[in-house]
Amino acid sequence: MASKSQSCSIWVGSETGILKGVSLSKQQAFNFCEMSCLSRDQEVCVLEWGDPLESEVLVGCANGTVKAFSTEKGIFTESKECGDATQGKFTGLAMMDGSLVTCAESGILKVWKEGCTDTIEINVGNGVCRMRQNPSRRSQVATGGKENPLKVERSISPVSNMVKNDWLDLRVPVWVRDIGFIPDSDKIVTCTGYHQMRVYDPSSPQRRPVLEAEFGEYPLTALSLPASQGTVVVGNTHGQLAVLDLRKGLVRGCLKGLAGGVRGLQCHPTLPLVASCGLDRFLRVHSLEDRSLLHKVYLKSRLNCVLLSSRNLELSGADLSGEVEEVKQEGEEDGETDEVWDAMETVTDKTNKRATEKAAEENAVKGPKKRRKVAKK
Amino acid sequence: QMYGTHVQADSVEEEAAFPPNFSVSEIKNKQRRHFMFMKLKQEKRKRKLELKKKRKKEREALGDKAPPKEVPKTIENQRIYDETTVNPEDEEVAFDEGTDEFSSYFNRLTNPKVLITTSDRPRGRTVRFCEQLSTAVPDSHVYYRRGLALKRVIPQCISRGFTFLIVINEDRKVPNGMVLCHLPNGPTAHFKVSSVRLRKEMKRRGKDPTEHSPEVILNNFTTRLGHSIGRMFAALFPHDPQFIGRQVATFHNQRDFIFFRFHRYIFKNEKKVGIQELGPRFTLKLRSLQKGTFDSKYGEYEWVHKRHEMDSSRRKFHL
Repeated sequence: MASKSQSCSIWVGSETGILKGVSLSKQQAFNFCEMSCLSRDQEVCVLEWGDPLESEVLVGCANGTVKAFSTEKGIFTESKECGDATQGKFTGLAMMDGSLVTCAESGILKVWKEGCTDTIEINVGNGVCRMRQNPSRRSQVATGGKENPLKVERSISPVSNMVKNDWLDLRVPVWVRDIGFIPDSDKIVTCTGYHQMRVYDPSSPQRRPVLEAEFGEYPLTALSLPASQGTVVVGNTHGQLAVLDLRKGLVRGCLKGLAGGVRGLQCHPTLPLVASCGLDRFLRVHSLEDRSLLHKVYLKSRLNCVLLSSRNLELSGADLSGEVEEVKQEGEEDGETDEVWDAMETVTDKTNKRATEKAAEENAVKGPKKRRKVAKK
Repeated sequence: QMYGTHVQADSVEEEAAFPPNFSVSEIKNKQRRHFMFMKLKQEKRKRKLELKKKRKKEREALGDKAPPKEVPKTIENQRIYDETTVNPEDEEVAFDEGTDEFSSYFNRLTNPKVLITTSDRPRGRTVRFCEQLSTAVPDSHVYYRRGLALKRVIPQCISRGFTFLIVINEDRKVPNGMVLCHLPNGPTAHFKVSSVRLRKEMKRRGKDPTEHSPEVILNNFTTRLGHSIGRMFAALFPHDPQFIGRQVATFHNQRDFIFFRFHRYIFKNEKKVGIQELGPRFTLKLRSLQKGTFDSKYGEYEWVHKRHEMDSSRRKFHL
């Protein structure tokens, strides 16, 4: 059990209450649960790391319990009652200076300190869809939901509680589905149920979003920020995953393969990878550079949330077995395409440069043609 | 005349063969080309029959030691193995199915009650199709859709105790779509309906179906998605079939198309059965399966058919 959990690099929570660990190097998925005592009210709603060393996974269940799972030992170490089913499912979990912060759908944000039984409770409004913690400033959490505008809580103490609302012109309906903090800056990205993606800057005097972009026609359910700056990955209920640009709000590209609604999305902290899980019972890992599918794992229940560990997910070709179909060896592929390009035209190394050069060439070709047409007329 | 000259040429130059790399399509004259092609086909067929005869003789000569007959390749044989195929002993899937939205039906806690309606202002064919469908499904009621929004119809259905809502969509006077919504909070399946045959158009059909509950046959729903859809179809009919009625409704899945047939059977003796087809006949193809009741804009989809991604291989099926 311990060796299994130590080798898992991706953790997934399912609707049946099973915590699944996936080891990409071994090409296997493991269920960490008791088969005899499964029940639907143990449905995993949120997954979060219990500590920065990633040795503990906090599992928030639908019946209000928060369980701690140790990745080294491979067992559930403790379980805490943090509310009940009447408050709604958990929408966020966070560890802040040793105390546990939980937020439920009804809007009750609670801070549970280790050891003592009293809790600090804040109401952030009804219908909360998501609560997230700022990874760089751990004392900040943001909450948002249906008709519940984005609020940022600066520090969890009843005295200094700076709650911030966003202001929308013409009373456009608000439905914040997921929140992301842009590292190295104060900005926050949200995706809404009305297929919009918005970037807010709390430090600016304006309360309007800095950038607003639309994608698709279906509600965006999940969002994640990759390691490389300037982009964001969003997923919607139709199974469409897209990489959006944060400077102009354009679609950089789509990731294909998902057949069901995206429930959980996470980008790897350092590598250009994104893991997605959803209602079609598959966990998929895509590469963000060429938007290809690297791994696809069938996990028999509908999946709710995914958690990536920051260590290197080994992607070497030698370890792969027949179970996974679409895997490409990254180094080799780059080498092959490089040779082709060398043979043809100018030498380029990076895919981005190649794309822009190609575009530049096309523009150059179109340019003189246009001029010729004008001259004729 | 033309043929005559050709044959003479052959008999004169018997030893001279056609030049290599010669193909029948290079002859410019249409009649001669056709003639040569026919000759080629006949020779090919003759050779094939000879080979077949030879093989049959060899097989008989060997008797018991003959190698087994080769199985021809079909698309069903060559189907790409789907990793979501359900293993009957799988505990997790069993738990998932035991606690899903249909569990109350399969645990015999609720009985199905079906509401059949159409899109607005249906034409004769669709109306007749709905009536015939309601005779095939026991405890079903047909209502005229007075331009009402489905999202408002659904809470009313739930309050009146309906378990299923079927909406037949019509296009150009012919039914072409079906939305099957399981009511309390269950999944909504959207199908494309094709090849609808009403009772009048059926050959050698029996009398109209009686009120007895039919038996249900679900063929070939092997994958996890297939299981969900199969359970959905099973939940349309009452749990206990009345064998006195000798009626059976079959949902046969082949290559992602679901064929619905309604028969009456009679056992002539222990080995022989006679069947009469009654009732409407149609084929369905799943377009999307949505979690929750009908909400096409804001609902979450469990499975969506994406033609360009999923239909790229001729041997890959999803149901």
